[in-house]
Amino acid sequence: MGGYGDVQLLREDGKRLDGRALDEMRPVSIEVGVLPAAQGSAMVTHGLNVAVAAVYGPMEAHPRKIQRQDRAVIDVRYNMAPFSTSDRIRPGFNRRSQEISKVTAEALESVVLVELYPRSKIRVEIEILAAEAGTRCAGITAATAALADAGIPMRDLMIGVASGKIENIVVLDLDKAEDNYGQADLPAGILPNTGEIAFLQMDGDLSPDEFNLAMEYNFKAAREIHDIMVNALKQKQQRGEA
Amino acid sequence: MSNGQSGAEQRLVTPGEALGSSSGLRNGSGVVERNGKFFSTKFGYMKNVNSTISVVPTHSSYMPQSGDFVIGYIVEVRSNLWFLHINGPFQGLLPMSLAPWKVEFGESRKHLDIGDAVFARVQEVDESHNVVLTMKGVGLRKIAEGAVEAFPSHLIEIFLGKQNANLQKMREHTNARIIATDNGQIWFDGDVQAMRNVRDLLMQFKGCLNGSELQSMIDNALN
Repeated sequence: MGGYGDVQLLREDGKRLDGRALDEMRPVSIEVGVLPAAQGSAMVTHGLNVAVAAVYGPMEAHPRKIQRQDRAVIDVRYNMAPFSTSDRIRPGFNRRSQEISKVTAEALESVVLVELYPRSKIRVEIEILAAEAGTRCAGITAATAALADAGIPMRDLMIGVASGKIENIVVLDLDKAEDNYGQADLPAGILPNTGEIAFLQMDGDLSPDEFNLAMEYNFKAAREIHDIMVNALKQKQQRGEA
Repeated sequence: MSNGQSGAEQRLVTPGEALGSSSGLRNGSGVVERNGKFFSTKFGYMKNVNSTISVVPTHSSYMPQSGDFVIGYIVEVRSNLWFLHINGPFQGLLPMSLAPWKVEFGESRKHLDIGDAVFARVQEVDESHNVVLTMKGVGLRKIAEGAVEAFPSHLIEIFLGKQNANLQKMREHTNARIIATDNGQIWFDGDVQAMRNVRDLLMQFKGCLNGSELQSMIDNALN
């Protein structure tokens, strides 16, 4: 992030390299119930990102030392498939996937009504099949849709979105070039109905005004993705009723 | 359980969705109150029964409740109790004192061993979700014959039908003995053709996404 100031990321007409406006996000689509063996599942396509999430449980937490007597634990495993990027990724857990698994689990624990399932575990598997930029946000969105599909009670639907800064201008939803050569990245997990933020990270520097604008963009995008997710959930149900 | 399809209250809601003012109403399962308003916590159908607003999820795992009739599988044997997998988030515990036999301390394995299946009833679920089972009661026994198929537990009520009407139709149609339990297990027994008939129907019904689809499939298959 930063250090590549000479890379041009905005066109002369003020639009971004892929033709998007500054506050325009990449196309998003969500499909719910894609894995029959899972309790709940969802696939999110966000730009060129493809994330699949599967939810299992609630189940008895093992080993017993991880059990909490008053609530459930959420066990998240985020993984990028070896073929998800142009360079092959070495299979297995690495520092990055551990970090994303941890922050995603903590964000989900503040949204799921974990106190209803003491001593149990809810397992969330997130697999990134194709990666462009913003896989953790796509993963969070997919995990939320899968949890709703599994009938797990939640306070709201959490949406993963990111804004950032390129060429000193705040933009919504960074693509790969903007993520690599931009100046800042601000991914967030937003609860559109309650207006709360369940998770927030920042990579790079933003002034207070830039931060406020980036969060404004994030909330706008979260509301749009929320509508897409609600439609996807209802569509799945209507498919069954047809 | 109802799938919330009947009546004027039918509405498909998602977690976090506002369900309206809470004045004069109570919140039931799947609904929380915030600032004088009700909000859904589950994806499902909203119901208003006797001024209680609840959300019946379209899909959920089995949560044991006191009085449930279940099929359990022995997964662990101790000197004076058995642990059973009951298709829920927690294992069920069957103490020696609630078994239908007189069991001497240390001889529990003689009566039930790992892998055995039993009909049992949930005696108690405490605050920490410890599930105590009993085998003392009518129809509670070790399963020694027939076959067991898993079925989505949230669709069991539809599978049974009002006053077991659907189950009775299925018994007559297939000429098999069939018992459905609250934890989404269906036991059936009969001759080879009867067993095959039941299994074929269950495979067909298992693919249903919701109660209304299951009911229409049952109507089509059995009428």
